[in-house]
Amino acid sequence: MIAELGHFALIVALVVALVQATVPLIGAQRGNDAWVAVAQPAAYAQFLMAVVAFFALMHAFVQSDFSVLAVFQSSHSLKPLLYKVTGVWGNHEGSLLLWILILSGFGAAVAAFGRNLPPQLKARVLAVQAMIGVGFLLFILFTSNPFERIFPVPQEGQGLNPLLQDPGLAIHPPFLYLGYVGFSMAFSFAVAALIEGRVDPAWARWVRPWTLAAWCFLSIGITLGSWWAYYELGWGGFWFWDPVENASFMPWLAGTALLHSAIVVERRDTLKAWTILLAILTFSLSLMGTFIVRSGVLTSVHAFATDPARGLFILGFLVFVVGGSLTLFAARASALKPGGLFAPISREGALLLNNLLLATACATVFLGTLYPLLLDAVSGDKVSVGPPFFNATFIPIMFPVLVAMVIGPLLPWKRGDLSGMVQRLRGAFLIAASAGLITYAMVSGTSLVAVAGIVVSVWLIVGSLMPLVERAIGRGASLQHSAGRALALPRSAIGMAFAHAGVGFFVLGLTVLLSFQTEKDQVLRAGQSMEVGGFTVTLRRVESVPGPNYVAQRGIFDVSKNGTLREPALPEKRTYVGSPMVTTEAAIEPTLWGDLYVVLGDADGAGGYAVRAYFKPFVHWMWFGAAFMVFGGVVSLSDRRHRVGAPRRAKVDAGSGLKPAV
Amino acid sequence: MNRFALVLLAALWAGAALAQGLETPLPDPAQEARAQELHKRIRCLVCQNQSIHESNAELARDLRVVVRERVAAGDTDEQAVAYLVSRYGDWVLLKPPFNGRTLLLWIGPALILVAGMAGVALYLARSRPTGPDLNPLTAEEKARIAELLGEERQG
Amino acid sequence: MRPGVVVPLAVFAVIAVALGIGLQLKPSEIPSALIGRPAPEFALDPVQGTDKGLSSADLKGQVSIVNVFASWCVPCRVEHPLWEEVAKTGVPVYGINYKDKPQSAAAWLASLGNPYARTGADLNGRVGIDFGVYGVPETFVVDANGVIQLKFIGPVDRNALETQILPKVRELQARKP
Repeated sequence: MIAELGHFALIVALVVALVQATVPLIGAQRGNDAWVAVAQPAAYAQFLMAVVAFFALMHAFVQSDFSVLAVFQSSHSLKPLLYKVTGVWGNHEGSLLLWILILSGFGAAVAAFGRNLPPQLKARVLAVQAMIGVGFLLFILFTSNPFERIFPVPQEGQGLNPLLQDPGLAIHPPFLYLGYVGFSMAFSFAVAALIEGRVDPAWARWVRPWTLAAWCFLSIGITLGSWWAYYELGWGGFWFWDPVENASFMPWLAGTALLHSAIVVERRDTLKAWTILLAILTFSLSLMGTFIVRSGVLTSVHAFATDPARGLFILGFLVFVVGGSLTLFAARASALKPGGLFAPISREGALLLNNLLLATACATVFLGTLYPLLLDAVSGDKVSVGPPFFNATFIPIMFPVLVAMVIGPLLPWKRGDLSGMVQRLRGAFLIAASAGLITYAMVSGTSLVAVAGIVVSVWLIVGSLMPLVERAIGRGASLQHSAGRALALPRSAIGMAFAHAGVGFFVLGLTVLLSFQTEKDQVLRAGQSMEVGGFTVTLRRVESVPGPNYVAQRGIFDVSKNGTLREPALPEKRTYVGSPMVTTEAAIEPTLWGDLYVVLGDADGAGGYAVRAYFKPFVHWMWFGAAFMVFGGVVSLSDRRHRVGAPRRAKVDAGSGLKPAV
Repeated sequence: MNRFALVLLAALWAGAALAQGLETPLPDPAQEARAQELHKRIRCLVCQNQSIHESNAELARDLRVVVRERVAAGDTDEQAVAYLVSRYGDWVLLKPPFNGRTLLLWIGPALILVAGMAGVALYLARSRPTGPDLNPLTAEEKARIAELLGEERQG
Repeated sequence: MRPGVVVPLAVFAVIAVALGIGLQLKPSEIPSALIGRPAPEFALDPVQGTDKGLSSADLKGQVSIVNVFASWCVPCRVEHPLWEEVAKTGVPVYGINYKDKPQSAAAWLASLGNPYARTGADLNGRVGIDFGVYGVPETFVVDANGVIQLKFIGPVDRNALETQILPKVRELQARKP
């Protein structure tokens, strides 16, 4: 009964979305206030219906109602409660419902927080948002109904993929979707602006917080996925340039470019057509990601069970949304007034360079990801485009970005003074260069690539944070005074410095990891040891340990360094009930300098076990760097000028007193 | 994202998991290191996007053994790779070879960058106002922008 | 209107067409590098319980079908009756038993019937690798000169048999050796 309620809620949501997609748009065109006013309640109603549907499905999962096909296919009564809940989006239908929930949630958020948007712009934004909603609701209702029943009702479910029974992966999709779908806000604002034929600094001001929020979510989502791969897949890889990973990385790159170009629109009232295009492309790439994952057009280690009918539907939808918006762009972009003079050496010039390189990097990832498909479609030849291609192309494109990320923020708007900047960055440069030289001199076997990576990452960290410190300290100020000044700095400036430094920490971790990782494979019997990265790993025994829905073979290893015994390493191999799948649980021992990573392999049948052990230096700096980057985004978001929701007019702010930024 | 395909494929191969003992590394550490580098260049066929070095799949294991044998038999890196390419095609190479079919792939990034730079150059050359706005700002809106920007300067 | 603003739309149109074509393609099917090349040299002992082994020499002289199978492979069971059918028409069907336990393979053939004129027990899978096998079942059509002319990946169903495999066999049979 509750499942039918959920299904019904989806149908109501579709009807509401159809109204929301048309009536306010016509109202805005004709200047009919009553029709314009429909947008807001419709957005609330659509969200409410999505919530009802989502909780109806969650109810079915928690109750293990196997008469619902999706529950039967991806759940099991023995599963821990957490994974019953997260199982809702562990399958195609449920994850689509989550997507719809988030999409309508963003719509409702605009309705709620966008009080000071001009009503017509708001109506148009909500209408565009609803059009996307209509597409997804049609998709779910006609090809992927999550509430489909089966009869006779099975006694037991088929279980969830054991790999998905992991907290990191369980919360990874919601963040990813919050990111993907969050970019729909920028898209809706862009299309609404094209319909209005006007883009101004205020528009950019409204778009930025939504884009920044989506960017933060997407960054978290990608990092969680990567972290999960690191500890779960059993060889410590964290990024494979797999099509599905690229599908999330391309919107991230485009969204990062968008964040920066929107600043130029806001501050200099220029680069408008490009920013609109980026907003359209960022969300289009998110949709393309959905297409890639759910249609099976590209081979990937992690695709949903695929269905050509679904692929065709998404392709049609993609053509409608992307083709439609790009047609609108072609028709209207010329009407956007180009901005004023644009000096190459200036803040806006640096941001333009950033956009050029990020867009090229994104296009490169796009080319590499889709090339096998394009070639197959044109000539029937099949090639693989793996990590070596991306490493050879993506990294050289991004390297200048990393260098320029320090310089750009120090350039003033309109016209920059290079010599003054050289003066300011001399210290950062000297520190970075010395770090590179010292590493080269002290660590044998340091490659030039490693040196370049270390120099650029230290440059990023020091060069991003130092100006912040300088601004806080000033000349001859007391400590107390400086602390006060640091707090008084605009949060957006602090956030930017943190985010840029976060990239630096990430690159540092990545460089050290790739350059100095050590790896050892050995067959060990009880009592035998192996050496890796200065650690001695000794196999004590392997025992069977029952889990809630699996049986684990657990290896017990003593770990010591320089004769001191540390925590034992306990890697596992798990065999799940009702699945032929075996998962590897690596034992990871974090240390100050990196992770010791031990994997238990197969038994040789004569008392020996294959053991693979790594020392992964600085790997935690990557996770920290990513987290710091997101933290920077959040700090920037808390700037009262960027508060989610539209900025208030100064008058309103004055009226409500000096409210602290949240 | 869900790694379902991986699971399906693993399930297909699970039945083949016969006890065969473990792989033994080559006795010569230099040769073993070479073999492992080669493993990283070969795509695992059943897991689709991992190298055979990283995969637990049975076929990946067999291919690792084949590569070790080729290396031990004195093959150069190119010969060992060619041995597999002659059986499975270019598809097994994670790094696509540079040839007519992959020309656009390899020069594509440079083309995109050049096109982008040309676009930027054009934009900078034309960065003077060229025409009236379709919807010029009203005085009220201009005032609001000024207000917002003013707020920013204070903030 | 600036001409540049149409570029994104044009690029997208190309991509959309490619994606549309892409939907019809099967990305996980890797084409064989061996089409048009002689079958690899090999000589395998027969599967336990059968008497005739299989070697590359057996693939010369007439058009034949080489089917790679294993008792642990569920889809093989599905296509098995079709090979029984084909064998009755006189086209030789040879079986390469890929990485199987001898007893299991013997039991499998004993219970389901043995359509194979000759079988080869590829215990360690090396002949499979020489054939570019990456999953079971796979099926090859080999011409009278021992050259591989067609590879079919996955279980053969009636449609695939009648539209792809048998027409190829007939075409090759019609060709002068």
